[in-house]
Amino acid sequence: MNGSNALLSRVADSLYWIGRYIERAENVARFIGVNLHLMLDLPGEDAEQWAALVHASGDRVVFREHYGEATQSNVVRFLTFDLDNPNSIARCVQGARENARSVRDTISSEMWEQINTMYWFIDSSRNSLGGEPLFEFFHRVRMACHLFQGVADVTMSHNEAWNFLRLGRKLERADKTTRILDVKYFLLLPSLSEVGTPLEDIQWAAVLKSVSGFEMYRKRFGRMGPNRIVEFLLMDRDFPRAVHYCIHCADECLHAITGNPQGSFLWASEQKLGMLSSELDYTRVESILGAGLHEFLDGLQDKMNKIDTAILQEFFAARQDSAAVGSAGL
Amino acid sequence: MRFSSYRTEGFYDEMFQEDGSPRPHAKLLLESVESLSDGGLLRRKVAAERLLLQMGITFNVYADSAGAERIFPFDLLPRIVAAEEWGWIERGLKQRIHALNAFIDDIYHEQKILKDGIIPAEVILSAASYRPQCQGLDPPRGIWCHIAGIDLVRHADGQIYVLEDNLRVPSGVSYVLENREVLKRTFPQVFEGLSVRPVTDYPSRLLETLEYLAQSSSNARTVVLTPGAYNSAYFEHSFLAQQMGLQLVEGRDLVVNRDAVYMRTTKGLQRVDVIYRRIDDDFLDPQAFRADSMLGVPGLMEAYRNGNVALANAPGNGVADDKVVYAYVPEIIRYYEGEDPILPNVPTYMCWKDTDRAYVLSNLEKLVVKAANESGGYGMLVGPASTREERREFAGRIERNPRNYIAQPTLALSRVPTIIDEGFEGRHVDLRPYVLYGRDIYVLPGGLTRVALRKGSLVVNSSQGGGSKDTWVLAKPIAEPVAAMEPAVGGQQ
Repeated sequence: MNGSNALLSRVADSLYWIGRYIERAENVARFIGVNLHLMLDLPGEDAEQWAALVHASGDRVVFREHYGEATQSNVVRFLTFDLDNPNSIARCVQGARENARSVRDTISSEMWEQINTMYWFIDSSRNSLGGEPLFEFFHRVRMACHLFQGVADVTMSHNEAWNFLRLGRKLERADKTTRILDVKYFLLLPSLSEVGTPLEDIQWAAVLKSVSGFEMYRKRFGRMGPNRIVEFLLMDRDFPRAVHYCIHCADECLHAITGNPQGSFLWASEQKLGMLSSELDYTRVESILGAGLHEFLDGLQDKMNKIDTAILQEFFAARQDSAAVGSAGL
Repeated sequence: MRFSSYRTEGFYDEMFQEDGSPRPHAKLLLESVESLSDGGLLRRKVAAERLLLQMGITFNVYADSAGAERIFPFDLLPRIVAAEEWGWIERGLKQRIHALNAFIDDIYHEQKILKDGIIPAEVILSAASYRPQCQGLDPPRGIWCHIAGIDLVRHADGQIYVLEDNLRVPSGVSYVLENREVLKRTFPQVFEGLSVRPVTDYPSRLLETLEYLAQSSSNARTVVLTPGAYNSAYFEHSFLAQQMGLQLVEGRDLVVNRDAVYMRTTKGLQRVDVIYRRIDDDFLDPQAFRADSMLGVPGLMEAYRNGNVALANAPGNGVADDKVVYAYVPEIIRYYEGEDPILPNVPTYMCWKDTDRAYVLSNLEKLVVKAANESGGYGMLVGPASTREERREFAGRIERNPRNYIAQPTLALSRVPTIIDEGFEGRHVDLRPYVLYGRDIYVLPGGLTRVALRKGSLVVNSSQGGGSKDTWVLAKPIAEPVAAMEPAVGGQQ
């Protein structure tokens, strides 16, 4: 009898952060990859597009202090290898690895090996980047993250520990989708009158590609249209990077952890997550746009931060210090 | 790669006889290595090292800056132990551990061995690893050394000696298991031909040993206690926990509540019954030992003393692996077992004795001097390799604190062919078999062969440039006649 039903608070905390870190690294790699492509179609608009990326996935203040101008090479370096940027790919993978190392007995060997292999890959690319085409590098990072998710799903029991991993992943993904939408939407606003021009189509396609949503959007709505795109990224029930879908899954994970049926709650974290899920169930995209998308997204991020805090207090607080894990949110 | 230019250079070689012909038990392996295509072995070596890095079997050297990780250097050529010789080693280890356990129990109870004058009381009571806190303590099932690693060496005379007993928190067994995994992929055909005894069931044996300590076997929860992910042996802690299916905990995950031990889980506190602790006594419980320990669990010793939790290994058992006490182990075996020791000790000079000290001080360039309470190759002087300045410094240390030093003749450790650059060279090795003391005493067939990779070096510790080799214990005697390996002294039991 090993009492395998018990999950240490420290371990739950680490799993949640592994989920977040890997998801974050994947998103950053995808954002950069899409921007690199976009730049080839939109020569001359570099600075604005790269600044938007720092805005969406990094820390603007830190960036300005250390790099100044938002050129492609500055932004790529900052978001990829800078260990002083808490959200750089290298830092996320390092964080995931440190957490994975400390729960190595809970996750499968295959999961550990995948994170470890990814760590050494990024570490060894630090000096050779430039030799290898950039696209290829970011593609490999994304695939390594996907591989980790897949390996986790097929080698680890779908138990409480796995649900914490997944909970972190889903909340992080929802957060990232809101951020890219927020930044890009406002970048594109001035051109809203030029609906249907080829230039606009390219840009909206890039937004969708930033969340791997271009093809699925086409199948769902066909023509590019700002309102439909917002609807797709926020409200879609089937697209795995849509905020609604992510929040619904996170709610499922949390209830699987507590054992309470979905739609009910004992913990504040369950209540807040359930309420957000319901809100998204019953909201129309027109009313969001009418009241202001930015305000709505701000509100969403605020609610997700509160959910994160509640999870920390209710499930991880039994550990005395949280020095080994990263800071919450962005 | 071929062995034609390999020379034993006058040392005892584990694979070759003095005349340069292979030992019978090594023949098949040597042939199969030579049959590999040019570069085949080196390709396998690179692949094996990449595999170890990928598996994250790395360690941090304490002196290095944080984050400097290395794989534990690993040599592909195994060391092979003949079946007959292993049978003798196994009997010797069982006898030794049984006696040491009886000795520890006596020291913390009646101290008969001291009263009978076999060992001077001050030698024991002055040992840094003697814990007055354990006096009168009755560990579950009367076992003090559940997991031991005993360091063996072979000298130029062909005889195997016990060099050191490691009873506190011996490490390295995970490398034994991982090295074997790598070698099975590298030399599958040799495994088939030689019938090498497997080591894979070690985690199950360890689990049995630990669960034997629980008061009620049905619902007991056993955990592995680690100092944390930055400890140099963390890989092993997590590996063993994973292989046994046990929870790996840190000190901060445990709490003592009304004299019982609990772990903090997402569903509240849960009782813990058996702890395989990989934290030194000093850091185990700030209330009982070092008050500044951040790694331990306050109140753990009191819960242990009251029988509410079992600890393996038992705190205080280090009194038997003090290097001065080591010198008395042959006496200890005779006293408790009523038998002569099967495995001989290396002759040892105890610097607290005036005559021994005088000899040591005037022969430092010939001797190996060790601090009584250090391990890992620290606090050690290898006379023949030392400078005059180092010897003067050590002489000063010995004179200031004679109790803390022992000296032994410098042994010409046996060698094993090792891949160096693109050829084979002999390198000195030792052997650490692992012994489990539970319902009965079990010796893992094999153990960690540590190899001093620096040319001529006798220091095998990983912290000092050592690596490891897989150790193959053969299941059956090889048909050809093997030279007698039974020792001249005390060999027949």
